[in-house]
Amino acid sequence: MWSDTVAVYRKEIRAYFTSPIPYIFTALFALLMAWRFFFDDETAFFVFDKADMGRGFFFRLERYLIVLVPIVGMGQWSSEVGRGTIETLMTLPVRTSSLVLGKFLSAWTLILVCLLATLTIPITVSSLGDMDWGPVHGGYLGAFLFCGALLALSVWVSSLTRHQIVAFVLTLVAGIVFVGMYELADKVGSFFGPVFEQLSLASHYQSMGRGVIDLRDLAYFISFIAFFLYLNAQSVENRRYR
Amino acid sequence: MIEVRNLVKHYGPVKALQDVSFEVRPGEVVGLLGPNGAGKSTAMRIITGFLAPTSGSVLVDGVEVIDDPIACQSKIGYLPEGNPLYLDMRLREALRFVASTRGLRGEERGRAIGEAVKDAGLKGKEHQLIGSLSRGYRQRVGLAMALLHRPPILILDEPSSGLDPNQQIEMRRFLRALGHSRTVIFSSHILPEVEAVCDRVLIIHQGKLVADGSIEDVRRQGAKDPDADLPTLEEAFADLTGYTDFDSLHGAEVDEVAPAEMGGDQDVV
Repeated sequence: MWSDTVAVYRKEIRAYFTSPIPYIFTALFALLMAWRFFFDDETAFFVFDKADMGRGFFFRLERYLIVLVPIVGMGQWSSEVGRGTIETLMTLPVRTSSLVLGKFLSAWTLILVCLLATLTIPITVSSLGDMDWGPVHGGYLGAFLFCGALLALSVWVSSLTRHQIVAFVLTLVAGIVFVGMYELADKVGSFFGPVFEQLSLASHYQSMGRGVIDLRDLAYFISFIAFFLYLNAQSVENRRYR
Repeated sequence: MIEVRNLVKHYGPVKALQDVSFEVRPGEVVGLLGPNGAGKSTAMRIITGFLAPTSGSVLVDGVEVIDDPIACQSKIGYLPEGNPLYLDMRLREALRFVASTRGLRGEERGRAIGEAVKDAGLKGKEHQLIGSLSRGYRQRVGLAMALLHRPPILILDEPSSGLDPNQQIEMRRFLRALGHSRTVIFSSHILPEVEAVCDRVLIIHQGKLVADGSIEDVRRQGAKDPDADLPTLEEAFADLTGYTDFDSLHGAEVDEVAPAEMGGDQDVV
């Protein structure tokens, strides 16, 4: 089972990095984040003149990740269906769970590369002064898990349609909902408020951004990922019964 | 080797297969014939475990495909309709992937890839992107993938589709050579190819099996007058299926097949 997952993972990674797109994509993402961080009007680093990443960085990162993750996830299954290669894949002696896991982990790796490329920002900041790395570590771990959760959702959605654009838009909307719930939490009353807050990806992400690693946040992200990977395996398997 | 029992497949209201049964013995080369949309691809997709039947069963070496797809799939090499390939991968990487899922490792894998590349006539193309290869070469890539693990059973859906006449002759030679050591089921539009290669012919029409036997048998089944000379396979085929558009049956000029889609619109009657 693991060796098949590794085979699928390697295949996906090789397919990504044969094309120049991920390199350009990663560089653009890191540049955009750096530009926004150092020169943006509201939180401009050089205006405050303090060696601090601040909460603003991770808050903004979240906004960009809501767009980035569906771009990576949208083609995972829909392109296989569109090209017909799903038939090759599903007639190899490989369990559906290995296919799902291999695809998910490879896409998560690609996103990790994008995140790591933005590390140039805290490294620059810490070279300019005495920076507290604690919240940065937490923030990055949170961002990685946040991406994993959104990605699991995205890859599942991609298994439901053969159109990448449809998968992209649906995941974008779902991402906005799962993040937006947090902002709505204090407006929906005392019963739904805490529910929204607990369900929202943003609250768990931001709590990690404070530099505190809470087991409840980890458990939330892991169950979120597991749930959507399970749905994914189901929807792929269901194709056989059309 | 392969037993197909009372296979039924419905796509919604469309009855793609209706109670199809046949058996393929080890070492047989069986040609699956039928007009477009007759249900050939559906049958192959069920045998390879890509689709589940609505009812009925398929046994590979006595094991039911739906019960243990992995065991059955590891005995089968499959070329799907339209030869879908990872165009954005290099040939060697794509073969490595397939070999790994076939449980081949290390030296053994290297050797298997080397042999498949040689057998399919792809030497020197290992580092090319599959998308940059010509149609004829891509067809060879599809074959190389199916043959990689030297499976005892080969299922080839329209292996000659889109090949030029020379390549079709080559394919015929290739299929005949395979038949010595393997069980082969292939579908075709090209009657001369079937006549040249097959031990046995199955004709599917509108989801039903309308003929099963050696080429002689099938010609006899198509004969209206028992005293007259036997009809050609072409005439028998026309008689059994009511199909008269022979231009498309002679092959050589086969239209490009759309990439196989799930559930296959092109397979709908």
